[in-house]
Amino acid sequence: MEILMVLLVGLIFTVATYLVLTKSLLRVVLGLVLFSHGAHTLILTMGGLGTGDAPILGASETYTDPLPQALILTAIVISFGVTAFLLVMAYRTYKVHKTDDLDQLRGSSDE
Amino acid sequence: MMKNSLSLQTISRIAVFIILLFSVYFLFAGHNNPGGGFIGGLMAASALVLLYLSFGTKKINKVIRINFPYLIATGLLIAMATGVISVIFGYPFLTQFYEYFHFPLLGKAGLATALLFDAGVFLVVIGVTILVILTIAEDDD
Amino acid sequence: MNNLLLLPVVIPMFIGVILIFFVKNIRVQRAISVIGSLALLIASVYLAFAAYESNSQVLTLELGNWQAPFGIVLVGDMLATLLVALAGIVGLFSLLFAFQSIGEEREKSYFYSFFFFLLTGVNGAFLTGDLFNLFVFFEVMLISSYVLIVHGGTKFQLRESFKYMVINMVASIFFLVGVAYIYAVTGTLNMADLAEKVGVIGQDGMLNVIAIIFLIVFAMKGAFFPLYFWLPNAYAGPPAVVTALFAALLTKVGIYSIFRSFTLIFIHDREFTHTIILILAGLTMIFGVLGALSQFNINRILNFQIISQVGFMALGIGLYSPLAIAASVYYIVHDIIIKAALFFTAGATEKVAGTSDLKKMSGLLKTHPWLGWLFFITAMSFVGIPPLSGFFGKFGLVLGGIEVGTTLAYILVAVVLLVSLLNLLSMMRIFMKAFWGEKNDTEPKITNKQSIGLLRPIIPLVALSIVLGLGSEPAFQYALAIADQILDPSIYIDAVLSGK
Repeated sequence: MEILMVLLVGLIFTVATYLVLTKSLLRVVLGLVLFSHGAHTLILTMGGLGTGDAPILGASETYTDPLPQALILTAIVISFGVTAFLLVMAYRTYKVHKTDDLDQLRGSSDE
Repeated sequence: MMKNSLSLQTISRIAVFIILLFSVYFLFAGHNNPGGGFIGGLMAASALVLLYLSFGTKKINKVIRINFPYLIATGLLIAMATGVISVIFGYPFLTQFYEYFHFPLLGKAGLATALLFDAGVFLVVIGVTILVILTIAEDDD
Repeated sequence: MNNLLLLPVVIPMFIGVILIFFVKNIRVQRAISVIGSLALLIASVYLAFAAYESNSQVLTLELGNWQAPFGIVLVGDMLATLLVALAGIVGLFSLLFAFQSIGEEREKSYFYSFFFFLLTGVNGAFLTGDLFNLFVFFEVMLISSYVLIVHGGTKFQLRESFKYMVINMVASIFFLVGVAYIYAVTGTLNMADLAEKVGVIGQDGMLNVIAIIFLIVFAMKGAFFPLYFWLPNAYAGPPAVVTALFAALLTKVGIYSIFRSFTLIFIHDREFTHTIILILAGLTMIFGVLGALSQFNINRILNFQIISQVGFMALGIGLYSPLAIAASVYYIVHDIIIKAALFFTAGATEKVAGTSDLKKMSGLLKTHPWLGWLFFITAMSFVGIPPLSGFFGKFGLVLGGIEVGTTLAYILVAVVLLVSLLNLLSMMRIFMKAFWGEKNDTEPKITNKQSIGLLRPIIPLVALSIVLGLGSEPAFQYALAIADQILDPSIYIDAVLSGK
């Protein structure tokens, strides 16, 4: 199961990398969203995909590890906030520059 | 914004209250069961977004006169205050306390300071989500 | 348990939140933020003092009363508290400079709130003793930096900020991947516990890969070669005070994280990891200074200078001897102060000349002597002319390199000397073009008198640099004490895991 999940993460990262390297603003944002999903899945997998009970003392013999879930929740909240901000910024960039083509957003001059 | 959509408006009038209630349930359940401030907040925000969608931002802005940045700040203050309370009593920051109380009508219920923290998170999440969505929505010139 | 450790994190956050309520009232905002940053400064200096007093003991705080390897700890050793104190100093003067330069419109759109949230993230990242918590504070800091860097929303800013954000988000993802891997290998994220477990497991191929992932993450934030490409453009957009804050603190957080992880956790295969750091440090210095020499825009020159200085600070970790690390610590202190001062003067110069293009400036020394000479002192201190503070950091690094005595170390000593020379060249070029020479026919935008207000926050910083240079003996003793402390990880580990 873990191997399968790791392969899945690899696939997600591949797609995300492709999207981040494309020229459209929105696709880059989508790529980053996928990236964070991949990372979250990876954390879950790396914690071990056990099938134990809820981690309450005395409730069971085998527990699932609660830490990866706590980490993922935090990471999801953070990526939620950052993605929201990134979307607004991408939208403003698109409005101001009147293009979503990253090729036209190149250069270093101050205009 | 779309024109008056009768079915959407009628349903959302009822659904919004159910969703809001459910979100509050999630907030309270969050201590030992699935739920919590973040999920509850997102759900409440989705209820509000449903309102904005079905009735349009202008109309709803007249009804809901909440300054969302203030809402975020209030939520943050509440969440921080819960942490600081434990400092005042000489425990490390964010130590949570848990106690059973007997309420009239409700019976025995456990209350934790973590709930207050979650309430803060709840407000912050509503504020942030709505603020982001409104910022984009109100910008169609 | 020591709740004092919390103050540098909670005070700025509290102030930042309070400021949201007063967003339209500039006077109240200014008053609150000055009081807040004074309180922050006092608290953090006191903390640094307390950490120095309890020399061999490290202050710790277990958040939420969860015991050490399980909960999150804040750890205040000498290095962390010193950097927090410096962040307090730079924060206060940046605030004062912001009053003069930032403009009403920005003040009314949450500038000060995010300023304090940034300080929250920076201080938290310095103090935390948990790898995932470090990620969280990184994000607090980065989100505030995203807001500050795009604040004002000019065309150029939007374009470059988007790239800045994308790059930093990718780095954050790498951070998460690193966290996932290290959790899978060791089963813990507490840094002290990690240090112990990595020692037991032995730093083999897998852990080396993880070490390099973390190096990539921190190098991206700290602007190392070859991951610095985002910096020069991104930092050219925002107003001078924001750039100064970023230059002084943000890159330092990356370097501090490298310090922490490569003197505490990944120390068992130094042949591999620390050699890489050494080579990267050398290349960072060279490419940074070459970039600076190729530019004719004052902001852009300084942005490249940030990069070249990062190399100096990383050099100490790579050399990994007490003297070299002490010199690196001293250099970080010097660099935080002088970078802030340098970017303030550059900002003031830009305000005076109305442009940041060196080709369009000339002879400002005649009309604005204060600004000119202040820039001169700052630049000299930056380059490392004795008795100013930059000299002793570089001197220590050179001595440390010679002491280590490997071929690579000798090469890097040569690089340090060469790059310092090129630094001098590039700073003198700014001085010659902008301040020296004949006055050109463009009228200065503001007069000498008006510019004095802008200079007031700079003078204390420059004075601090002079004091640091003249008092380099005690300062270096302090840095050596820090180096001793961080080169003996058992002090840190015992303090955290004993939980007292």
